[in-house]
Amino acid sequence: MDEDKGMFNVQQTIGTVLCCRCGIRMQPNAANMCVRCLRSEVDITEGLQKHVVISHCPECDCYLQPPKTWLKAQWESKELLTFCVKRLKNLNKVRLIHAEFVWTEPHSKRIKVRVTIQKEVLNGAVLEQAYVVEYVQQDHMCESCSRVAANPDQWVASVQLRQHVSHRRTFFYLEQLILKHDAAVKAIKIKQMDQGIDFFFGNRSHAVKFLEFLGSVVPTKSRDDKQLVSHDVKSSNYNYKYTFSVQISPVCREDLICLPQRLSSSLGNIGPLVVCTKVTNSIALLDPFTLRHCHLDSDQYWRHGFKSLLTSRQLVEYIVLDIEIPSPPMEAKIGGVRYLLADAQVARVSDFGRNDNIFFVRTHLGHLLNPGDHALGYDLYAANSNDSELEKYKNLVLPEVVLIKKSYEEARLRKRGKPRKYKLKHLEMEVDDRARVDEEKERSDYEQFQRDIEENPELRFNLSLYRNKEYQEESEAGSMADDAAAPLEELLADLVLLDESDEEEDEGMRE
Amino acid sequence: MATRLQFENNCEVGVFSKLTNAYCLVAIGGSESFYSIFETELADVIPVVKTSIGGTRIIGRLCAGNKNGLLLPHNTTDQELQHLRNSLPDSVVVQRIEERLSALGNVIACNDHVALAHTDLDRETEELIADVLGVEVFRQTIAGNILVGSYCALSNRGGLVHPHTSIEDLDELSTLLQIPLVAGTVNRGSEVIAAGMTVNDWTAFCGSDTTATELSVIESVFKLREAQPSAIVDEMRKSLIDSYV
Repeated sequence: MDEDKGMFNVQQTIGTVLCCRCGIRMQPNAANMCVRCLRSEVDITEGLQKHVVISHCPECDCYLQPPKTWLKAQWESKELLTFCVKRLKNLNKVRLIHAEFVWTEPHSKRIKVRVTIQKEVLNGAVLEQAYVVEYVQQDHMCESCSRVAANPDQWVASVQLRQHVSHRRTFFYLEQLILKHDAAVKAIKIKQMDQGIDFFFGNRSHAVKFLEFLGSVVPTKSRDDKQLVSHDVKSSNYNYKYTFSVQISPVCREDLICLPQRLSSSLGNIGPLVVCTKVTNSIALLDPFTLRHCHLDSDQYWRHGFKSLLTSRQLVEYIVLDIEIPSPPMEAKIGGVRYLLADAQVARVSDFGRNDNIFFVRTHLGHLLNPGDHALGYDLYAANSNDSELEKYKNLVLPEVVLIKKSYEEARLRKRGKPRKYKLKHLEMEVDDRARVDEEKERSDYEQFQRDIEENPELRFNLSLYRNKEYQEESEAGSMADDAAAPLEELLADLVLLDESDEEEDEGMRE
Repeated sequence: MATRLQFENNCEVGVFSKLTNAYCLVAIGGSESFYSIFETELADVIPVVKTSIGGTRIIGRLCAGNKNGLLLPHNTTDQELQHLRNSLPDSVVVQRIEERLSALGNVIACNDHVALAHTDLDRETEELIADVLGVEVFRQTIAGNILVGSYCALSNRGGLVHPHTSIEDLDELSTLLQIPLVAGTVNRGSEVIAAGMTVNDWTAFCGSDTTATELSVIESVFKLREAQPSAIVDEMRKSLIDSYV
């Protein structure tokens, strides 16, 4: 803008002067000394820390920031650099320009940082200097690691899962679900108890998370409690052990239930006898004679707390003599499964051929059964039920038989002894010595469970099945045409299941 | 020859003394050592006068003079004025001037032929300078500083200026003053040249912090190495005789 006014501006070239100490030519600066002389005169790093001791926990690779914080940082990472610079005192008097690590041998327990600082000296000249700070790394276990090391089994929260039924089918199913969703990854210990499983966690929040997972897959009722372990007076820290007691509903799939009168009327007068078709976080009930169905929430169920009339242990095998489908056919599609009401003539397998006991029953399995098939059902004719709910119904006519499912026993007989196509993974559980474990019962329960998942595709939906390498393809055409077994395509194909491997590809089931 | 000395442990000798070709003024100090060094160097050649100006010791910065005259600020007392008139040779005109900028040593830099003045100096003062000191006056700045008397030291043979003076400025000043100029420092990098040293045609006195490098620069620019006082005085005589008719 000076040019606009017509002023003539002389170009100013800075000349050189001699450094007043060493006499070399230099540009004039505030101190009029060359940089080397200035640096030798004044040391701006005087009074700054050059040697610091830091504490490091070898177990979890954390560094102590006094008084109590432990910072996790990798060797020669940005977080470690920030931490190291923060530990230098007096650095607020000078300006920090740059800091970087100088390589040291990792096991020398020394960290070296080159710090570049700027400070004003003499009469306004700003001097920049780099210097190296050495950190001695002392090993010191942090509190959480020492607590874990002192007592590795120490748990803080436990979830006690119980179901008061005589079989363990639910727990087998739950085991597979937990494995699929990795819900028990954080568990320190898992223990198998009588009528249930105990899970132990190191943190209350892990236990709560697991509890919520359980609540979403089975209908549960839970309560929690805590026990004081230790108490620090000075800091008012209380250490507790938390216990969550979870009860799963005793109603299982395929159970015959007699609904209490009040519940039956509130659900729209659904017949007091219902069959439980599916148990997730709600219970699905089906009236086998009218094909009406309903769902009961976890809360709703626990408000009434009814038990099953007959469970799957009491299933009896029947042979179907005749099936008549009334016209117009009454069918319903519930939960993706078709049901068809039909009149059936059945006889117990034990009676068959010996006497002429034939029962005429209405069944909801009209779509599955054909004359000559075997079916499993509840024998109400011969059963002696001791149920208070049942007695409350004045004018109830009990059917003689309630058929539940088709039996594949004959087909199974053919395959007996041969290994299955698939394998299931197991949770690592400790077996409690105090529990009375019946080996035989356990095995038959498991066998039953496996049959269940073979027959029911919707049950398989949530689980992960793995291909069994020991299974050999049989040349018999008959075994392959078995519609009961899980088809090979449904198995997780590209999977190498070694018992100790932990890297499997889980494709998930596709229906 | 350049000498290093201190006034009462302070290296700013140009503040407490004024050296010209015809006389030397020295401040009154606690100890006589300051005065005695000057006397050792100069006693047989030029008079060394102990004085104060306005009751202060900072005489080097308050007065401006060369061999022709001496200018004193308005706050010089009558006694000091009389003392100076008595002590200095008759050829030197001693004049007290009324000037707003009373630190004449800071606003005027002069040798025997030419003077640099502060840009805000009065017209009358400028005329008085030309009259009393017998010099040509130029209003100038040195490295952007208007206190020309502080930031340069001049003698008839050379000059030392503020170290941040640009090359163009240096050339311009050199042309004006008709002497070689160099940018440098005194007293270990101090930029206030005239406060740190005082110089005439054959000798210079610097603060004791002056490094060897600075000293060599001073000696080379003011051409002090081969200088002998008698040679100067003889030359002066020769030039005087030159104007003989």
